[in-house]
Amino acid sequence: MSKFKKKKGGELPAVNTASLPDIVFMLLFFFMVVTVLRETDLLVKNELPKADQIEKLQKDRAVFVYAGKPSDRYVSQYGSEGKIQIGDKYTDVKNLKPVLAELRAKLSPILQDKVMVALKVDKETNTGIVTDVKQTLRELNMLKIIYITAPGNEIEN
Amino acid sequence: MARRSTPEVNAGSMADIAFLLLIFFLVTTTIEKDKGIARQLPPIEPPTETPPIIKQKNLFIVNVNKEDQLLVEDELMEVKNLRQAAIDFLDNGGANSGSPEYCSYCKGKRDPASSDNPEKAVISVQNDRLTSYEMYITVQNELVAAYNFLRNRESERKFGWTFTDIKADIDTGEIDPQEAEKYKPKMEEIQKMYPLKLSEAEPKKSGS
Repeated sequence: MSKFKKKKGGELPAVNTASLPDIVFMLLFFFMVVTVLRETDLLVKNELPKADQIEKLQKDRAVFVYAGKPSDRYVSQYGSEGKIQIGDKYTDVKNLKPVLAELRAKLSPILQDKVMVALKVDKETNTGIVTDVKQTLRELNMLKIIYITAPGNEIEN
Repeated sequence: MARRSTPEVNAGSMADIAFLLLIFFLVTTTIEKDKGIARQLPPIEPPTETPPIIKQKNLFIVNVNKEDQLLVEDELMEVKNLRQAAIDFLDNGGANSGSPEYCSYCKGKRDPASSDNPEKAVISVQNDRLTSYEMYITVQNELVAAYNFLRNRESERKFGWTFTDIKADIDTGEIDPQEAEKYKPKMEEIQKMYPLKLSEAEPKKSGS
């Protein structure tokens, strides 16, 4: 019987934390793998409009075009008129064609026909600038576009 | 030489170091989630080609002015009513039951003054250059929603699954490509029943 008798003055045994580093490392590796450090520095405001009838963008064949008013810290330099940003710099509508053609050429050859242009446009921009971009894309025969939006619905809110 | 046993390295602070790194990555992570409304632009037509003539009744004109107001078929409309108006127009099926253009699956009012069938029905959006992009996307979203509503209704009636759900599952890879092949002909059939015919007119210069 004394076999099953508990030790007297039973202090709680300390919880074994030896595996804690393993757990934390596992989480760490997960976040290290999924982390994407921002490639492009945004020069324009980029608050996306909301929509709910959406599809997913296939990243490997995407070319990003940003548009909107210049960010607050650039307003003094560039004014508050809507601008187009591709890569790391502002692009004029007139220069759009060579810049976009160059971006397409950078994609792998198999995907070049399937290129999809992702338009990330601030919601306060005028539609005119988007129309200009689309017209240029038509001239370049890059006909697949996707308007990147935030989840939600403008009407319900 | 006397061999001393090497003392064990104290690994107690390992967790702290790992936590520090973990918190750094937690903070810097932005899991990219780019989603949006996909659209196919029309190719530039050779100038010699004459555009096809569309009957007035098959055309649903949505006009957005620079104040973000909506004019649908010459009537002022709130955005929240646009979806239903578009559904009514697309689903009208006004062609006579004897004619080859008769739409057997339409559940609309069959108003002869509105669209003949969904295949003929064209929605035309005209924007001002000063329309806000927010409004533009909202209008596009509502019109796509109208098409999706009708496609879902027909896919549920015919096949028992929801068109948009299946499409999203194929996109995310939840349905593997082999299985997706089986869905493809059925999805094309649904798309043919309600083809997305959204035209965008060249925007007017502001003020005109």
